This record gives sequence, C-alpha cells and structure tokens, in this order.
Amino acid sequence: MSLSENLFYFLSFVAILSALMVVFSKNPIHSVLYLIIVFFALTGQYILLNAQFLAVVNIIVYAGAIMVLFLFVIMFLNLKRETEPPAKSKILQFAAVISGGLLLLVIIASLRTLEPYKVEEKTIKGDIGLVENLGKILYNDFLLPFELASILFLAAMVGAVMLGKREGGERNF
Amino acid sequence: MPEIITRIPLEYYIILASTLFCIGVMGVLTRKNALIIFMCVELMLNAVNMLFIAFSAYKSDAAGQVFVFFIMAVAAAEVAVGLAIIVMIYRNTRSVDIGQLNKIKY
Repeated sequence: MSLSENLFYFLSFVAILSALMVVFSKNPIHSVLYLIIVFFALTGQYILLNAQFLAVVNIIVYAGAIMVLFLFVIMFLNLKRETEPPAKSKILQFAAVISGGLLLLVIIASLRTLEPYKVEEKTIKGDIGLVENLGKILYNDFLLPFELASILFLAAMVGAVMLGKREGGERNF
Repeated sequence: MPEIITRIPLEYYIILASTLFCIGVMGVLTRKNALIIFMCVELMLNAVNMLFIAFSAYKSDAAGQVFVFFIMAVAAAEVAVGLAIIVMIYRNTRSVDIGQLNKIKY
C-alpha cells in the first residue's frame, strides 16, 4: 500500500464522513464547516490526480468565497440550533434515505457490467492539469464558452443586486 | 504521470463520486432548511466535479478539467443569486422553512 493509495482512502473517508455530517447536523453553522472539510478533502484528491489549477481554484472559489457567503447569510439571518425548522416526519426521512440509497445501489450495480478500465501507461500525459497547458486548451478550443461565462457573471451580478434592493413600502428588519 | 492512476482503478472514483452525490440527494430530500438544501446541491455539484477530474486524468483529456472550470463558474453565480432569493424570502416570511413557502397553493 503506497502513500498515494493510503491518501486516497483517507481523503475519501474524510469526504464521505463530513458529507454525512453536513446532512445530519442540527446546527447550520456546523453544516457549513463540515462542507468546507469536504471541499478540502476533494482538493486533496484533485492534487493526487495532478489537477493543480483546479485544486487551487476549488479552495479559492468554493471554500473561500461560496462558503463564506453561506456563513454571512446564516449569521445575518441568525440561524441557530433552536431556530431550525421542525424535521420532517420519521416516515418521510426514512423514505428519503431509502431513495438515496437505492440510487447509489443502482449506480454502483451498473458498474458490474463494465469491463475494468485498462490504463495504458504510455498514453497518459500527466501534465494536463498544469496552468499553462489548461490555459492553452481553454483559450484555444473553449474560447466561446469562456466569453459567455463572463456574460453569465454579469447577469448574475445584476440579478443579485436587483433582488437585494429594498423596495419602498417594505418592512425592514 | 500521477502515481495514483496506476494504483487505484477508475471504478473507485466512480463509487466515491456516486456516494457523495447520493448523500447530497438524501440531504435535499431530508432537510427543511432552505440553506441546508442549497448546500446539499453544492455537494452534488462537487461530486460531479470529482468525477470529471478523475476521468480527465485517466484519459489524459483536458476537456474534463475545462468543464469543471465552467461548473465552478456557474455554481458561484448560482449561489450569489440563490442566496439573494433566500434573503428576500426571509424578509417577507421571516423564516427559511420551506414548509412555509406554500402560498402559491392558495
């Protein structure tokens, strides 16, 4: 068992355990912190696969911006363990867990029909995750989606600002 | 070449990504807090990112990583707008309970 294998199993275990804690945690702030742990575990997995640019972008964008935004909103609305909505009835929770479990079972059972994927070691290029190579592909082959993403950000920014504005006769808190 | 490709078969990454995705599905169906449901959707998106990057590394195809880049961009924009919507809903109904959001029925 080499270091890479041990790291893969450890990071997978941490990710799955933290994901379960996200779902079953009573305090919303704890859920956010567990989700940050999931992101760090997945970043470790990306580094194992030598996807360096995306590992760093994952930390900066997801753990550093999106989760901080979630924390802002949770603290702004002052959500605590006591203000949590009452949980769904036991039978509904049971049905939800069974549904998710069945989905997982179907996906994993479909793996049985596949031939094990043979890795040809000579054709593996280990450097597609580096910034220069990814940048070349992004700006040469995927230029149009890149420019459209900037328009998407403009739309999202305008939408978020318009949604957040206070109207004239609104109750303020 | 990353050493992990020779050690861990690709199916293990599929199992990891599917497990995270199904935990996200369970979270969306189980919880009633709108913010927790939103976080479980982010968990599902990250599970898909993991799968894309694994396939991209095993097949030496950079298109998978470019797609993850765009998924992250779209997720960031979606979170901004979604949180603005949740804050507006809180302003009007004073709760983030999705059970309170059934006014369209009447």
